[in-house]
Amino acid sequence: MTNRPKTHPIIWLLLVPFLGLLYVPFYNKSEPVLWGFPFFYWYQLLWVPITVLVLWIVYRSMRHDD
Amino acid sequence: MTTELDYVAISVFVAFFVLVTGMGLWAARWNRAPGITNLDEWGLGGRRFGTWITWFLIGGDFYTAYTIIAVPALVYAVGAYGFFALPYTIIVYPFVFAVMPVLWRRAKENGYITAADVVYGQYNSRSLELAVAITAVIATMPYIALQLVGMASVFGALGLAGEVPLVIAFLVLAVYTYSSGIRAPALIAFVKDIMIYIAVIAAVAVIPSKLGGYGAVFTAASDAFKAKGSGSTLLTSSQFVPYATLALGSALAAFMYPHTLTGIFASKSANTIRKNAMLLPAYTLLLGLLALLGYMGHAAHLKLASNNDVVPALFKMLFPSWFAGFAFAAIGIGALVPAAVMSIGAANVFTRNFWKAYVDPDIAPEKEAKVAKIASLVVKVGALLVILFLPTQFALDLQLLGGMWILQTLPSVVFGLFVPWLRAPALLAGWAVGFVLGTWLIWSDGLKPIHTLAWGDSKVSIYTGLIALVANIVVVLIVNPLSRRPTVTVMSRT
Repeated sequence: MTNRPKTHPIIWLLLVPFLGLLYVPFYNKSEPVLWGFPFFYWYQLLWVPITVLVLWIVYRSMRHDD
Repeated sequence: MTTELDYVAISVFVAFFVLVTGMGLWAARWNRAPGITNLDEWGLGGRRFGTWITWFLIGGDFYTAYTIIAVPALVYAVGAYGFFALPYTIIVYPFVFAVMPVLWRRAKENGYITAADVVYGQYNSRSLELAVAITAVIATMPYIALQLVGMASVFGALGLAGEVPLVIAFLVLAVYTYSSGIRAPALIAFVKDIMIYIAVIAAVAVIPSKLGGYGAVFTAASDAFKAKGSGSTLLTSSQFVPYATLALGSALAAFMYPHTLTGIFASKSANTIRKNAMLLPAYTLLLGLLALLGYMGHAAHLKLASNNDVVPALFKMLFPSWFAGFAFAAIGIGALVPAAVMSIGAANVFTRNFWKAYVDPDIAPEKEAKVAKIASLVVKVGALLVILFLPTQFALDLQLLGGMWILQTLPSVVFGLFVPWLRAPALLAGWAVGFVLGTWLIWSDGLKPIHTLAWGDSKVSIYTGLIALVANIVVVLIVNPLSRRPTVTVMSRT
């Protein structure tokens, strides 16, 4: 494929949010509570900024030719 | 809920509605290449949308009015399980980041407007193109109809009974989509998204303080579920796999729909899409907080005729009329943006993959835009008729099936971007098996999206769309080596 972008091994970091969110038993608990939020809720909300950070790290490592 | 007319709220609602109608009609002249009338301009805004326009457009189009009503409603009804929308709308972005810039580049280089165009260009197979195109249209129709359900719940809260307001709203939508194309929802999305942000941030900041804080909200919800004997603020162990597979399957399906792909194809560059994958999660944060309105409904001891009333009822109860009107306008306009983009996406598919493919292969670019405009009207009228004359449950069931159907187009649309050795007959066989198996499983499970697989004593419940996708991919891998190598390799434009 000629138009395929150069892939850097860091792209595998994109799998991290899948690991963090798809293994449900890890976070299906109430404790510790944060600002009234059971762990189940704040843990998943926390993955929003973590995912953005992961995407930003991968983005920085790419060659932007467009 | 009360059906008394609330004139303050209605005035605010109507004022915003008139504002966006004006914007929608004016949008035809916004950011436009002069003198050009073709499908690229009407359906994709000339592929010139930069990072912010794309952010508002996809944000307004992916997080629909129905989402804003239905996610809190599901959380209100079943608790933690309804929260799967959160992991779903997080993991979708690594997928978008990795795949969509590649798809965008393929479309841009060859002038493709739909996923089925990409498929035909890659495999030179009219039957595979047709399979992908039909799936796209039948999956999108009920989605448009559901936007009307979101809008109807807001009209109900305003005390506007009957179907007339809905018909008027839809006529307005039809007129400016016809004249302005994708530019109308793109421009309106600015207003709509800012309004939604204000409404939801006010709700998640103010409502808990009136109800005793988030701790009290979670406790009240937990008590309500215990009293009711169903639902819970944590998952049961039998819900782990359904929760994870619903999130994964929905994330893989989300950007196969014509409305989300239209937002992708309308972007200016591959980098615009990558930046958006980093910026769009802001909406997910909003959705996660919004979902908690379901629990706030329990803390406020709402008595509801329908779960879908939880968000409107909370706003009515806890905010002054003018702000409730503002929030309802946000949701109402929030229905118009996705409905417009969905009808444009479906119209693009009809024009390219049915009309141009079978009726008029030598169609001139201006005529192509004309056909798409008319198709967008037909699609919207169809959705309106479904909502007016068929039970809402019909649209809900079709939407559920639609998510599973559209997921079956993933191998055809995406795999070929990364591997060169797949062939059309294998992909078509996989699509057919996934489509039929998934439909049959969902049907025989009583239109439920979760299917239970059993081996001896062990049982596991999985999102049916994902089961069908696995079957689909297995069939592709088995049939592919058996199918004949095509005599010509075609990568050129149709």
